[in-house]
Amino acid sequence: MTDRLDAYPSRYQRYSGREKAVQWLWTIAFALAVVWAMRAIDVEWAFLGDAHIQALDMAERMWPPRWSYAQQIWHPLVETIHIATLGTMAAVVLSIPVAFIAASNTAGYKLVWFVGRLILILSRSINTVIWGLLFVAIFGPGPIAGICAVTARSTGFIAKLVAEAIEEVDYGQIEAVEATGASKLQVLASAIWPQVQPVLIGTTIYRWDINIREASVLGFVGAGGIGLQLNASINEFAWNQVLLILCAILVLVVVSEYVSARVRARVS
Amino acid sequence: MTEPLLEITSLVKDYGTGRRALDSVSFTIRTPQLVGIIGSSGAGKSTLIRCINRLVEPTSGSVRLMGADIPSLSSRELRKMRRQIGMIFQEYNLVERLTVMQNVLTGRLGYVGFWTSVRYRYSEEDIRYAYALLERVGLAGFENRRADALSGGQRQRVGIARALMQRPKLLLLDEPTASLDPSTSRQIMQLAQGVIEEQHMPALINIHDVTLARTFCDRIIGMRDGKLVFDAPPAELTHARLVDIYGAYENDEAGPRQEEPA
Amino acid sequence: MSDTAFGAGRRWRPPTIFGSHKLRAAFFLAVAVYLVWSLGTLQFDSQRVLRGFVRAGDIFARMWPPDFSRSTLLINGMLESIQIAIVSTVLGVLIAVPIGVCAARNLAPRPIYLAARGLIVIGRTFHELIIAIFFVKMFGFGPLAGVLTLSYGSFSFVAKMLAEDIENMNMGPVEALRATGAGFRQVIWFAVLPQVLVRQIGILIYRLDSNLRHSTIIGVVGAGGIGQTLSAAFSKYDFDFASAILISIAVLVAMGEFGSDYIRRRLR
Repeated sequence: MTDRLDAYPSRYQRYSGREKAVQWLWTIAFALAVVWAMRAIDVEWAFLGDAHIQALDMAERMWPPRWSYAQQIWHPLVETIHIATLGTMAAVVLSIPVAFIAASNTAGYKLVWFVGRLILILSRSINTVIWGLLFVAIFGPGPIAGICAVTARSTGFIAKLVAEAIEEVDYGQIEAVEATGASKLQVLASAIWPQVQPVLIGTTIYRWDINIREASVLGFVGAGGIGLQLNASINEFAWNQVLLILCAILVLVVVSEYVSARVRARVS
Repeated sequence: MTEPLLEITSLVKDYGTGRRALDSVSFTIRTPQLVGIIGSSGAGKSTLIRCINRLVEPTSGSVRLMGADIPSLSSRELRKMRRQIGMIFQEYNLVERLTVMQNVLTGRLGYVGFWTSVRYRYSEEDIRYAYALLERVGLAGFENRRADALSGGQRQRVGIARALMQRPKLLLLDEPTASLDPSTSRQIMQLAQGVIEEQHMPALINIHDVTLARTFCDRIIGMRDGKLVFDAPPAELTHARLVDIYGAYENDEAGPRQEEPA
Repeated sequence: MSDTAFGAGRRWRPPTIFGSHKLRAAFFLAVAVYLVWSLGTLQFDSQRVLRGFVRAGDIFARMWPPDFSRSTLLINGMLESIQIAIVSTVLGVLIAVPIGVCAARNLAPRPIYLAARGLIVIGRTFHELIIAIFFVKMFGFGPLAGVLTLSYGSFSFVAKMLAEDIENMNMGPVEALRATGAGFRQVIWFAVLPQVLVRQIGILIYRLDSNLRHSTIIGVVGAGGIGQTLSAAFSKYDFDFASAILISIAVLVAMGEFGSDYIRRRLR
């Protein structure tokens, strides 16, 4: 075989010249974007230089956690859970009609569908914390603003996934129910709803878990929950309280994640 | 008597579970020949082959190839040794998203540095050889096809070309036809037999199909429960000996086969 | 949950969701009890809520029309958010790749695997704002703190996805390349990378999208971006400017999501 090797090409190129050029163009565009973005971060090297000292100092002052503070954060912790839970509950109720008008196959009219989509986009693209800013301006500081913020963000989240589930329903079942002479609402209730319900429940529990996390910081903008105490403690440089609060949040988040995973596993 | 090409002495492999996968296996290959290893699933065929290039670490015993004792090699030496041992797999083990040529060239990875391989700066001779091999295995013109667009038989041909690209001194074939239909299996076996003859190298093949083993192999080794229980030319593989190897042996098509832990 | 929205739903009772109808009744009773209890603990001041609704009308009235006249401030804030998102995605991915490989059970030795997993878990527990507040304390106000925050979040997310991808990949090619005598880097480049690359690019783009979302809020705690401008607008009762910012954020985030969905669909 080796004696007639000369007959074969001696070069191999994975990509043609054009493909290579396109790859280079992408690489350059990417590099330029990164360089441009880097310009925003004018690093204060003086700050950066002693960052590790600052961090060590902070860690030193955190230890030991101030256990006596625990009774003062108990109520805010419960409030955090309430904000997440009540906000999620309200979001479920609101998300169902929104999902049905945002799904192209149940909206009925183009205009209705458009409104539904608009609600989805508006709700989803504004972060819970920013919704918090708005509702604090409306209701004043406190958990009501937090609940409203959680609801405002979660409605779009849940409704979008449910709307997708509605759009993917099995049409065979719908036709079967329609064939019995059922009304539109009956079709909705007996053919579409059972297919969508598991998605709704799964999404809701998943979102509740996220909301616990969100509710832990809503206090930063005055919308209730443990974030208020955390912010205050940081501003007072009460680092041993900060550590205690962080531990409390850690436990809360881990437990809620566990609960959410367990419940979702059982439901599905 | 000349230095043997491959000499395996008292090879033992224990998996952590307490099961002895290989129990003191010894045999020697002195001339370029195709050695078929038969036995029911779990008999240790796959472990035996993988202990030779140390994809599975043997527990004790020696594997001598070209004057080196493979189990005692350092990882750097092992890399050098592995590039001289070609291996062909049941599931082809091609990189699906790469093209045929890219897959064939991975056979040279052990010979070049990282950056050379990343930029595909192989020597002209290597590139020519890769094209020649593709023609030899019947895939001329397929070089820019992606591996996931090929049929099973074509993939195994790429697998053979990749192994030969290493210019190996020994070829290991781990059930190369088990995922193929009967007629493709024969074609692949013919191809494997052909290239092994052309290159005058010894080869070990795990094979569950006794008929194929009889047709293509120069010598057959029978394994049972990790022990070597048969080692002779195919002509001596009588029904009685098959019963020794397989327990109750009923027909020429061996029973169902499962993947062993590798 | 459904019944409030769709009266007809009562006729069809899915037997699987709660197991039995008694359990279902118990669930709704529990929800009712929870509502009473939680609303009791939160001490709703109904007067304040009512006043809030009145104020909401006023605020929304002042939000319209949105005031885009301070466009320099708005555009600079938005650009800074985009820049933070890009830099933090790149930085996060750069760190995530080696750690992600270390966190894959099938490639890394056990101690390295556990250490890498630990690093990832910490990053996923706390909300971005909490991490941001610490970086602000360490590095001062400004985009650097924001970049570090989002880099950390991106790192833990991407590393986790990468590790999972590697664990789920086909080990066959890895074994085959090891058998040819390829080194560790060659095995990663030729056997692992081709298997995970396409999905990882999708994850990268998804992460860029979610960093864009998050970069709009970290300003609330002073870590740069449009959030800082928005927070200031709210605290100065500058509602028409705030609404302009909100609309801009919504448009940016919606565009980011659209773009990311589009690219990920094209990647197959």
